[in-house]
Amino acid sequence: MTILSVGTRPADTAVPHGLRVGVLALQGDFREHAHVLRELGASVELVRRPEELDRIDGLVIPGGESSVMDKLARTFGLAEPLRAAITAGLPVYGTCAGLIMLADTILDGMNGQQSLGGLDIAVRRNAFGSQTASFETDLEIPALGEKPVHAVFIRAPVVETVGAKATALATLDDGRCVAVEQGNLLGTSFHPEITGEYRFHQYFLQKLVAAAR
Amino acid sequence: MTESTSAEQFGSSRVKRGLAEMLKGGVIMDVVTAAQARIAEDAGAVAVMALERVPADIRSQGGVARMSDPDLIDSIIAEVNIPVMAKARIGHFVEAQILEVLGVDYIDESEVLSPADYTNHIDKWNFTIPFVCGATNLGEALRRINEGAAMIRSKGEAGTGDVSEATKHIRTINGEIKRLTSMSRDELYVAAKELQAPYELVAEIASTGKLPVVLFTAGGVATPADAAMMMQLGADGVFVGSGIFKSGNPEQRAAAIVKAVTFYDDAKVIADVSRGLGEAMVGINVSDIAEPHRLATRGW
Repeated sequence: MTILSVGTRPADTAVPHGLRVGVLALQGDFREHAHVLRELGASVELVRRPEELDRIDGLVIPGGESSVMDKLARTFGLAEPLRAAITAGLPVYGTCAGLIMLADTILDGMNGQQSLGGLDIAVRRNAFGSQTASFETDLEIPALGEKPVHAVFIRAPVVETVGAKATALATLDDGRCVAVEQGNLLGTSFHPEITGEYRFHQYFLQKLVAAAR
Repeated sequence: MTESTSAEQFGSSRVKRGLAEMLKGGVIMDVVTAAQARIAEDAGAVAVMALERVPADIRSQGGVARMSDPDLIDSIIAEVNIPVMAKARIGHFVEAQILEVLGVDYIDESEVLSPADYTNHIDKWNFTIPFVCGATNLGEALRRINEGAAMIRSKGEAGTGDVSEATKHIRTINGEIKRLTSMSRDELYVAAKELQAPYELVAEIASTGKLPVVLFTAGGVATPADAAMMMQLGADGVFVGSGIFKSGNPEQRAAAIVKAVTFYDDAKVIADVSRGLGEAMVGINVSDIAEPHRLATRGW
């Protein structure tokens, strides 16, 4: 069994046997997340029902349509237990729609859209405009090493306000924040799961392993 | 990729195909008014498709079907937060140029509208906005991808409420993909010839076992069970056209289809959401439609 410490080099990442990573599978690119996590050696459980939350040590909320995830999570009784689990310290990583789900405050949300919360941030939904404004670019993210992170932004949100409890991990050239962490929670406006970029998932797995200890 | 850390790249294949990836496991609903778009978003649609008439009306009223009025598209974009798609006629690159400047998120180069060119499809590489195109088989899907389509929609037979053609097309596409994965290289050259598709794409699919873009199903889906069946047959998501707003209770049916797509492999959930939905669209059996009136044969 390999125990990780923060700062372990990505190539050394390993997930102890018995730890299970959930991927919220209500809608969106959950299969891509599951693939990255399995490549990194994690046991993956797709989560659609409240009872499936009991079997996991951490959760990834994928990219997709946040308003749809919100509706389905509430309809099928996942939202409340998830909120409780996040409050109790469940490690969660959200990309794009997942970041919106983790934000304490949503700006430009739909009528009645709710988030799970946890991250002390305000996120603006679809902050860049229509799909023709979607783009890919390289980001300097010192926490993940020297090599820039190639990031794909698809009708992406931005973190408009980073509260006192949260820490910005990455910003665009214009200063807008696009990645944050807070304790066991991690969120990115962009989609490492579709670019072959594994470092965010590794970083998240380190949080998960540390939390399970 | 690392030469510049500030260059932002718009309209790349990854960005175009990426939006479709985010729509997976979702339902895209045809809407003809802002009020319908509101109902679709409230019901949990991942995107709406703006068009001037739903396929069932195009079929019954006849005449030439074209891109929607820009005012209508503006009103739908203003009404909803989810992505807005809109249809352009096959080969009508100016309708596509218009839809791009209107700020829609995806263009459907669609056989549901009257084709503007019976020889050429739109050169979709010329655009920043992504395109979804219909296909009845793998060769047709690959020709569209070769022209720049960033998402494929199996055609079915739109405006019928008869799911049989949708079943046939998704089974055909996935069956042909499976067949490629069992072939040796010398056989792949012949397969490319027979599929009338570029060898490079055929070879890629033979090694990955899937299309390089997202594959949704369309054309005749009218019930939660229809939608779940398409998902079990391997669709990444579902388009519902006339099936929702030609039914007795669009709000409830739309929400039920959304749930059935998420829990497509759970018969108990699908049974629950199928209760008390009121009248489904009346529909028309595909076998009762003469060949020249079938929409799926448009596009080549």
